[in-house]
Amino acid sequence: MSFSKEEIAQRIAKEIKDGYYVNLGIGIPTLVANYIPKDINIVLQSENGLLGMGPFPFEGEEDADLINAGKQTITTLPGSSIFDSAMSFGMIRAQKVDLTILGAMEVSENGDIANWKIPGKMVKGMGGAMDLVASAKNIIVAMQHVNKAGESKLLPKCTLPLTGVKCIKKIVTELAVMDVLPEGGFKLLERAPGVSVDFIKQSTLGRLLIEGDIPEMKLN
Amino acid sequence: MINKVVSGAEEAIRDIPDGATLMLGGFGLCGIPENCINALVDKQIKDLTCISNNAGVDDFGIGLMLKQRQVKKMISSYVGENAEFERQLLSGELEVDLIPQGTLATRCLAAGYGMPAIFTPAGVGTEVAEGKEIRNFDGKDYLMEYAFDADFALVKAWKGDTAGNLIFRSTSRNFNPVMAMAGKITIAEVEELVEAGELDPDYIHTPGIYVHRIFQGKDYEKRIEQRTVRKVH
Repeated sequence: MSFSKEEIAQRIAKEIKDGYYVNLGIGIPTLVANYIPKDINIVLQSENGLLGMGPFPFEGEEDADLINAGKQTITTLPGSSIFDSAMSFGMIRAQKVDLTILGAMEVSENGDIANWKIPGKMVKGMGGAMDLVASAKNIIVAMQHVNKAGESKLLPKCTLPLTGVKCIKKIVTELAVMDVLPEGGFKLLERAPGVSVDFIKQSTLGRLLIEGDIPEMKLN
Repeated sequence: MINKVVSGAEEAIRDIPDGATLMLGGFGLCGIPENCINALVDKQIKDLTCISNNAGVDDFGIGLMLKQRQVKKMISSYVGENAEFERQLLSGELEVDLIPQGTLATRCLAAGYGMPAIFTPAGVGTEVAEGKEIRNFDGKDYLMEYAFDADFALVKAWKGDTAGNLIFRSTSRNFNPVMAMAGKITIAEVEELVEAGELDPDYIHTPGIYVHRIFQGKDYEKRIEQRTVRKVH
């Protein structure tokens, strides 16, 4: 059984350590916030200028001046701080943010990522994605292993315009957890329950490195 | 002291000519200079180059200026929420320069800090790097990006005083302080304008030296783009 989006988020949440400052992208990464273990404290950074992003407000308590980078109404928490956009990207560039989790259209075996532009389609822009991938010390990609057309999104080389080069360290999909090795290649670490190594191999166009028995992903 | 206080948006934008380069503060619709945008729409100033993180929505914010074809070029990081924008872009009527959000903010900062350029890793190895100078520091490549050169910066603050000092509220701060520093002429609209001396100097976000004109705004709509709430359990 391949994982749902929620289960991908749940698996990624296990990578987060106590005290981390974390930036979550839009899509599956946003769901990660729902699965942070109760016994750890982390601080979510929203690149429009907030550290300590809290949950959505209750109805009637929405504040037009308080939004996240997805433009959703949110709340602050005890210990939150507000700053301008230059400082926000300053702390990202200076690697003060411990972990960045974001989605992708394609990742290559040398850690390149493409997630902002499909030639011929309306281009919305890169937002903060290029700044994040260029500077973050630790980036996990949360995405589907194959696209809607059934084609692998883990490639020898990205075909879409790049967002950043040699920057992705780890990928979690509905099928597998993989490290991107510094020398190149996707190293298979875990597989979704019931998903065979062969199936993951068939779904991965880039070089997949398999050593020994590959355990099933555990969510707890 | 020179009087910085003007009667309203109409007076504040009085000398913005066709073809001017403007910075507009805000992130999405949060913290945008609503009054100044409405005045630019009323006056139908044309051929504008707008530096702004986003381009509003069809019927609010910069979208109102796009609808009247007042914008020649947008310099933004993300422009997804506007059908008229898309139409003009695809038909070639509108020029668009998409740049990384941190690069956008830091090019404003550089202008306000009197630095001609910055070095950032954002965009290295991508099409953003095309034609740009690359420098290697400690084994890592950086792009040289120039400070912005804007004729006017239009910003929105929560409180301001007659000396031009500004205080922003919550995440409506976003690009406003760095754009306020970057404009050759900076126009600030505020929700509450008070006399100099009424704001605590320790709590000023933007010192008045950066602000040339200030006025008390009115009729703020403060539209929410993605109203999201949680269920009461």
